[in-house]
Amino acid sequence: MLSYFLRRLILVLPVAFGVSVVCFMLVQIAPGDPLTAIMPVDATAEQQAAMRAAYGLDKPVPVQYLIWIANLLQGDMGRSIATGRPVAGEVFGAVGNSLLLAFSAAIIAFPIGTFLGFLAGYFRDTIMDRAVTAISIAGVSVPNYWLGIVLVIIFSVNLGWLPSMGAGPGGSQDWHWDWTHIRHLILPAVTLAVVPIGIVARTVRALAGDILSMDFVQALYAKGMSRGDVLRHVARNAAATALSVMGLQLGYLLGGSILIETVFNWPGSGFLLSNAIFQRDLPLLQGTILILAMFFVAMNLIVDVAQAAIDPRIKRS
Amino acid sequence: MLNFRKTLSALALSVAFMGAHGAMAEGTLRIGMTAADIPLTTGQTDQGGEGMRFMGYTVYDALINWDLSSADKPSELVPGLATEWSVDPEDTTKWTLKLREGVKFHDGSDFTAEDVVWNIDKLLDENSEQYDPRQSAQGKSRIPAIASYTAVDDHTLEIVTKEPDATLPYQLAWIMISSRANWEAMDKDWEKVAASPSGTGPWKLEAFVPRERAELVPNPDYWDAERVPELDKIVLIPLPEPNARSAALLSGQVDWIEAPAPDTIPAMESNGFVISSNAYPHNWTWHLSRLEGSPWNDIRVRKAANLAIDREGMGALLGGLMIPAEGFLPPGSAWFGEPDFKPTYDLEAAQALMTEAGYGPDNRLSVKALISPSGSGQMLPLPMNEYIQQSLAEAWIDVEFMVVEWNQMINLWRAGAEDPSVEGSQSINFTYFIQDPFTGLIRHLDCNLIAPNGTNWGHYCDDEMQALFEEIKTTFDPEEQVKVLQRTHEKYVNDALFLMVTHDVAPRAMAPKVKGFVQAQNWYQDFSSITIEE
Repeated sequence: MLSYFLRRLILVLPVAFGVSVVCFMLVQIAPGDPLTAIMPVDATAEQQAAMRAAYGLDKPVPVQYLIWIANLLQGDMGRSIATGRPVAGEVFGAVGNSLLLAFSAAIIAFPIGTFLGFLAGYFRDTIMDRAVTAISIAGVSVPNYWLGIVLVIIFSVNLGWLPSMGAGPGGSQDWHWDWTHIRHLILPAVTLAVVPIGIVARTVRALAGDILSMDFVQALYAKGMSRGDVLRHVARNAAATALSVMGLQLGYLLGGSILIETVFNWPGSGFLLSNAIFQRDLPLLQGTILILAMFFVAMNLIVDVAQAAIDPRIKRS
Repeated sequence: MLNFRKTLSALALSVAFMGAHGAMAEGTLRIGMTAADIPLTTGQTDQGGEGMRFMGYTVYDALINWDLSSADKPSELVPGLATEWSVDPEDTTKWTLKLREGVKFHDGSDFTAEDVVWNIDKLLDENSEQYDPRQSAQGKSRIPAIASYTAVDDHTLEIVTKEPDATLPYQLAWIMISSRANWEAMDKDWEKVAASPSGTGPWKLEAFVPRERAELVPNPDYWDAERVPELDKIVLIPLPEPNARSAALLSGQVDWIEAPAPDTIPAMESNGFVISSNAYPHNWTWHLSRLEGSPWNDIRVRKAANLAIDREGMGALLGGLMIPAEGFLPPGSAWFGEPDFKPTYDLEAAQALMTEAGYGPDNRLSVKALISPSGSGQMLPLPMNEYIQQSLAEAWIDVEFMVVEWNQMINLWRAGAEDPSVEGSQSINFTYFIQDPFTGLIRHLDCNLIAPNGTNWGHYCDDEMQALFEEIKTTFDPEEQVKVLQRTHEKYVNDALFLMVTHDVAPRAMAPKVKGFVQAQNWYQDFSSITIEE
């Protein structure tokens, strides 16, 4: 197990290098200028050139990359061009808020998705199955930013039950697990949970259906095992694949909530990313993308290791 | 955070209390800004006009301020931290400013002429200890006239300009004065100052969470008793997404939002919310290329295009929140003058001019226009430009659009009409801040500012116009200067130098409990007179 983990860990290094190159270069391709965020639009060409030199933006891109990666290896992610604040502080603060939102959505989505999927798989080709399939297709298909706007109109504007934006009355730095703050989390978390509910339900449905039709299940019944015990075996067999889907979904939840965070003004990494894109804030953009990508890599690593722990065949292969 | 059981029980408990609302203290005004971040707090703000509005003219003063007390007339300059200013008649590069006595910064230190010198060094002198690249990036380009500056005594300042320049008072209205004593108390570290800044303005920054909120409280000792705030607090919240902004207002999370989307305004009004708007120095035009070969070099074509647009009809697109252009400056501007050419809707006249210029239904003119799908101050650029495209088609002008994202649009505007990146576009739809003589008139058409060295995008250069610009700078009597500005604007309009379409009216929506706001005809506003009626 340890050697599998180490082998898997070593494979992360080239991936991390590739990610760093891609996320650095990607932001250079987009037209636009980071200086627009820090200078009046009518600043003279001379002043712009001076500022470009001050930020090292006049150097060739490969040189900029080497400087960036050298600083990164020393733990320095640079400073945001737009705000002048350290990128690390900005990104980790925002990622913390996104984690809060992502885990809340996962807590809602994974149990519901698993339950619905099992239900549909177990009662395959019944009305129950069709109902769950319809729900999961709707969950995957509905644009979640639209759903977010609808939920805001109903629960914030019309009913006045829940706030429509922000991470609490004092901002995210003042977060507490009390009603005043949790009420800010409910609408974005529910909105964010809708897609993974659909995906997890569909995956679990397919897995449960397939496994239930396997010979070993018949054999277990033939041995006189109770339905509950058989389902435990089915769950164990389905767990590895379901877990990998959930891991990927958690990765998406962490980095993929740009629209939701924008709709709800949630101060997370997606919101940070969208602002950084509009401002062409290259250091912030590169730092945020890198951290999110590394989260994805880490999540894959954890899922792979967890899968191997659950299913010994994976480890052997 | 990851303790599922605790989380679930907390959620369950939360649901049980659903419906409970948090109440704000009386007299707190919560504002949803369009900016994505709290503007720079150290003095010279970023985030454009909005930054100056909320973090500039609130926490700080300039030597010369804008008068924000009236909604009925265009704002003028008034004494700020300087009580009077004059130019030496013998040497018109030499200005003397008398500074206000008895003014204190929020940290309790006294305001003196040395502080002004220190503040200008902060922007211009890279070798000074307090030089701040961030503030300099914002402020340096606003005071191009200044050559040197000295404190004559505690309350007298002398400024020498590079050449005679009567627009210096307007330039000084940009410069926010922050406290040297506070900077020293914060270990001479601007980052620390950002969290706890000190100005002389009517509001003090009390709390600040980057990207999320800033809280301003009154400065009871403000030197202008009439501008001591009535409210207990202002909370500024960045809400860049228009729907999120509207929802926050409608659900009672904020009391005021900047720039509500036009299509949400009827719903807001029917729910009792108040829409405040007023003319201000902003315009929405097409800046025309005057390079050789541009069809816009023909005055008949320029006038025809200006006559082909039904500006009143465009109002429907914007929920009526616009002022049809009658010139380059808004109709109420003190510098408007009396131009002969009236850019009203007259299709027959437009077609006659096009015929005279050699065009017709079978010989149509094709032009290429640079536009953006969104952007600061751009209003609703896509439907508005499509409307113009249809209108111009009736005058036999076919418009092909080149659409670029806003940040790139700024680059193409800086690059100028001749740059290959604009791909031969013959106009750019770039809205303008036109509050002072330089931003309002000079910078767009000055021969010395042809892009990329300046912001004369279209490469226009005309001797008569250049002479007028010189006259603006060398006319030191304010009344006489206004007359020159009027003549300059008359030439702008009579020569139809731009496709003049509309002016924004800075709409803002507020809860009915917000009282006492006077929307000045200015990019900045005064929040001191506002109260909250519970």
